[in-house]
Formats: sequence, structure tokens, C-alpha cells
Amino acid sequence: MTKKFGDKIAVNDFSLEFGKGEFVTFLGPSGCGKSTALNCITGLIPITSGEIYIDDECIDDSRNTVAPEKRGFGMVFQNYALFPHLSVRENVAFGLKILKLGKSEIERKVNDALKLVHLDGYASKFPAQMSGGEQQRVAIARCIVLEPRLLLLDEPLSNLDAKLRIELRYELKALHERLKVATIYVTHDQSEALALSDRIVVLKFGVIQQIGSPQKIYSDPANSFVADFVGYKNAWEGKLEKLVEAGSGLIARVKTPGGIIDAKLAYGANDPRRKALVSAFETGSPVSTAVRPEDIMAGVKGDVNNLQCVAGLVEYQGKVSQVAATFAVDEKERIDMRSSIPVSVGDTFNAWVDPEKVMVFASATSGGIKT
Amino acid sequence: MLSPAIAFIVILFLYPFLYGLFLSFTTADGVPTLANYRRFFMDARDVRTIWVTMKLALPITLICVCLAVPFSYFMRRSMKGERIITFFLILPITLGTVLVSQGMLSFMGPNGWLNQFLLALHIVKEPFRFTHNELGVMISVALQGFPYAFLMLLGYISGINPDLEKASQMLGANKWQTFWKVLFPLMVPGIAIAFCLNFVMAYSVYPSAVLLGQPSGPTRVIALAAYQWAFEKFNFNAATAISMTMAAIELIVIAIVLAWRSKLYKGATMVGKG
Repeated sequence: MTKKFGDKIAVNDFSLEFGKGEFVTFLGPSGCGKSTALNCITGLIPITSGEIYIDDECIDDSRNTVAPEKRGFGMVFQNYALFPHLSVRENVAFGLKILKLGKSEIERKVNDALKLVHLDGYASKFPAQMSGGEQQRVAIARCIVLEPRLLLLDEPLSNLDAKLRIELRYELKALHERLKVATIYVTHDQSEALALSDRIVVLKFGVIQQIGSPQKIYSDPANSFVADFVGYKNAWEGKLEKLVEAGSGLIARVKTPGGIIDAKLAYGANDPRRKALVSAFETGSPVSTAVRPEDIMAGVKGDVNNLQCVAGLVEYQGKVSQVAATFAVDEKERIDMRSSIPVSVGDTFNAWVDPEKVMVFASATSGGIKT
Repeated sequence: MLSPAIAFIVILFLYPFLYGLFLSFTTADGVPTLANYRRFFMDARDVRTIWVTMKLALPITLICVCLAVPFSYFMRRSMKGERIITFFLILPITLGTVLVSQGMLSFMGPNGWLNQFLLALHIVKEPFRFTHNELGVMISVALQGFPYAFLMLLGYISGINPDLEKASQMLGANKWQTFWKVLFPLMVPGIAIAFCLNFVMAYSVYPSAVLLGQPSGPTRVIALAAYQWAFEKFNFNAATAISMTMAAIELIVIAIVLAWRSKLYKGATMVGKG
């Protein structure tokens, strides 16, 4: 299955290809074009240029489009979009009735679909009588009963409360394992994306920032935007003081307002991040670090990367505390960390971060990479 | 907090209505009687007005509502020129019945522009009679009634979550199927209310019937009969009996429409949040 399209203002040069049964997530903050990209795929929004193919069949080449109702895709909406005047059974049977299937066949398929989403016994209820989670499961049943070629989920869990969101997330995963239907999932929640996907597409302003497996995205972000999105909360602007090759990677020394940070970077020879850093080093343009709060050790002293901090806010979270601190030398620069030693507000203490856990990006990199 | 509203309803609606009911069941001297109603239903010229008015009101109402459905459907999303279109659709209400009727008399009369235009194009051989018959009354009342039906249905249809339409499309329904299976059922409550309002307005037609119809015969509507008994024969008891009959007929039609509505629309009226 091939899918291409490009050059829409909201979604720029978006090019992606994916395989049968794959679970792909579009991840990005609101307004990043992920829903627009999804609606282009459904055909609800016409594309400006580019092409979309499914199973070698062209469904949209920006001049001739296959109508959304003829594409055989299923879509689940954030607000469920169940038909309020129809019962659960009639909602699920809606598409089957359009196909003019026989009564007994519809009955059987509807029952199977409802069983699959654990809603047997709810058939004669109306949407308004059900909870949000139940309504969303009806919406999912309504799609899968038609055996879609592609299932599109537009922030399906966003309207649910936290507990239900995680429950339904497990169910979605199990359902996908079972049905193996190609799925595109749109969300702004990185934990959902990491938990569900085979591959994640990170978007910003309609431009793909990175495509990769959840592991890749989480541990090896392509730029500072992706890094910030997957939890590298400490981004300190600075200048490169030193950049040397070390084996296949790089060793960088960054001067930030808070102090000197050393980083061991595993950027290979053809890595665009490496090229960007080399040119940033040559021109002296700014770079940015990316460090996860959980990688900063409070009260530990190392050879390098010793950061003097003043604790601002301390949030007790059980085993560790979440500490929002500032650097002792520059109180405007923030540093977020988890601390397993007791720290109270106003304390000055030393924190250390392993150079291998520090990432450095050239600040100007906005283009993404494919991995 | 409710008392001003209740006082308002009692003074302006309940008291006049109950007083009218009392008048219709008594003689001029206040003696209880059914004679007022018996007289109305025995008088062939008067009882005819029930059907005369129904023959005007039902088609008008049907036309207004049936036109308002597609109009509101195509204007459900904001579009270019929406304000201008809405302005012209609503204009007839703001002008008032008499002005519209006067305008129609000269515009659609035998020597009016409309007939001159039709004659010039050889569509008709002699001036077509648009006025001083049932057609004139119907056009005038429809012009006044349509904006209400349109605005009410527009409110209903633009209140329907646009994702429902998308969902229906994604489930394989084309525009036509989406309209009939999703939008129309959800509009049924609005259609029923619009029908009731328009019918009541059309059934109590009076100025148009006098100005644009033939008040002595074919368009002698029920309101006109009541007027004649009240202000030509000065028999208020007989006149209120006619008014009460008119109200009863309107209520019966409303009851039928609402019964149809509840038969068609069983689901909950609102989608609750999880």
C-alpha cells in the first residue's frame, strides 16, 4: 500500500508509505496539521496537489478524487459522532444497511462487532444513555463491522477521563492485534502514541519532523521539537565550544547560561544532525541541549556536568520528587529533574547528568529525517 | 422570580382566553347556552369557512416547510452571500402584511409588471390572475410564513454536529442517503414545530384574505366570519364561539403533527457527554 500527498498549506510535503496491518500514529500538538492530514486521506478535505494510493489504486491525484463514501475507510471521531436518533444496533448496522445486506447477515455481523468491543447486551440502548467510553466503543464497532481497508482514528480517547483512556487504549491495542487492520491514529498524547504504534509520525506546522518506531522516537529524537515532545524537557540554548569526533559519534561541549555541558552523541557519519552540528560549530550559531528530567541526578557529583541548582518547586511523587529548579549562576534558566534525595525549596545542591544522556541539536534544524 | 412572568401570562393570555370561553358558552345576558356553537355549525355559510381556511392553510404550510428544508440544508454551513440571502428571505416579516399585500396588488395585478413581463414573453395570452383569488392569499401568507420556517429549521440543522455527516459519509452513505438517514430524522422535531407555527399563522389569516382574496366568497376565512359577527352584527358571543372553534381546529392539527413527530423520532433529543 502506498500513500503520498504533498504541498498543502496545512500539511506540507507530506509523504508517507506504509504496510498492511501497520499501526501508524500522527503525533503533534494541536494545530500541527495532523487532523488535516487525516481528513485528506479520508477525502473529506480535497488535497491541493500530490497523490494518494491504496493497494495501487489511485484514490486521489488532486484532480480526480474517489468520494469518501467509496473509499472503504472507517473513521472514529473525538466526539464519537454516533447518530443520536438511532439505537446502538442501528448505529452499527448503518453502513451494512447502505450496502443492502440481508437482515440475518446484518444481525449476525452487528452482534459479532458488539461482542468484539464488549458491548453485547447494549444493542437496544441509545447513545445518550451510555458513558463516553461505551459510546466510543460503539463508534469503533460501527467502523470495524464494515471491515475497512484502513481505519482512521482522530483523537478517539481525548474526550475520556484518564482511567478510561488507558483502559480503552489497551482494548484498541488488543483489537488491532486481532484484526490486523491498517490503522492511522491521530493524537497529541505521546504516551498513547508510544503505547500503540508500530510507527510514529511526528508533525509540526504540517511538516513531518520524524518518522520512526516508538523506541526510536523516544530514545533518539531527530530534532529539539521531537525531543521536547517526547519528554526531553531541559532545553538550554548555548554555543558549541568544542566538537570532536569520537569513533562513529561526536563529543560536544556546550556553553549554556547555566554552565558547561558535555555530551557524547551517537550521531553517525550520515546523520543530518551531525552535519547540522558541524556547520553550527563552524558558524558559531546557537545550539540547544535536550535532557530528560529523570536523567539528572540530584546530589551526585561527577567529573563533568556538575550543575549548581537552587530548588524552586518540589512535588512529592512517592519514590522520587519532581523538582523544578533554577541554576545557581543564572536564576532565569530552568532545570527540571527527578530527585530521590530529599530536597526542600530554596536548597542549593549539586546535580549531575551523564554526558551520554545529553542530546545536542543545532537550533535552526526544522526539517525532519526519516529513519 | 417567576411571578412577573406568571402575572404576564395570566393577564395577557389566560384571562382573555377564559373570558372568551365563558362568552362563547353564554348568551348576551350571561345565561349558559350552547346556542352560539349550534348556530355556527348549522349555518352553512359559516361552517364552510372551516374548509375554506383549511384549503388555504394546509397547502401554504406544506409549501413553506418543504421549501425551508432544502434552503436550510444548503445554507447550513456558512457560505458566501449568506447575509444577503438571509436578509431577503427575512425581509417580508419586517415589512408587514399590509405593505406586502399592497405591493403584490400592484406588482401582480392584471396591469402589473409581472403580467406585462409574462405577456411580453408570450408565456400567457391574457393577464394571469394572481390576485383577488385563493392564489393571491396563498402567495402573501407563504411570503410571511416562510421566513419563520426557514429560520427555525436553519437553527435546527446548523445545530447538528457536522461530524455526524462526516461519519455517515465514512460509513458509505452518499449525500442523499446522509440527508435522509441522518439529517432529516434529526430535523424532524424542528420540522414539526415549524409546521405547527406556520399552520397556526396561516389558519388565522385575515388581512391577506381581505386585501388579496375575495372576502365575500372563495376566501371568506374563519377569522373573517368571526370579525363579521363581532363588528358587523355586534354579537360577541357568536363571534367568540367561532374563535374558539378556530382554536380547537388548530389544536387538533398540532396534536396530529406532534403525534407524527413522536412516532418518527423516538431517540433522545440530545447527545449527552460521557
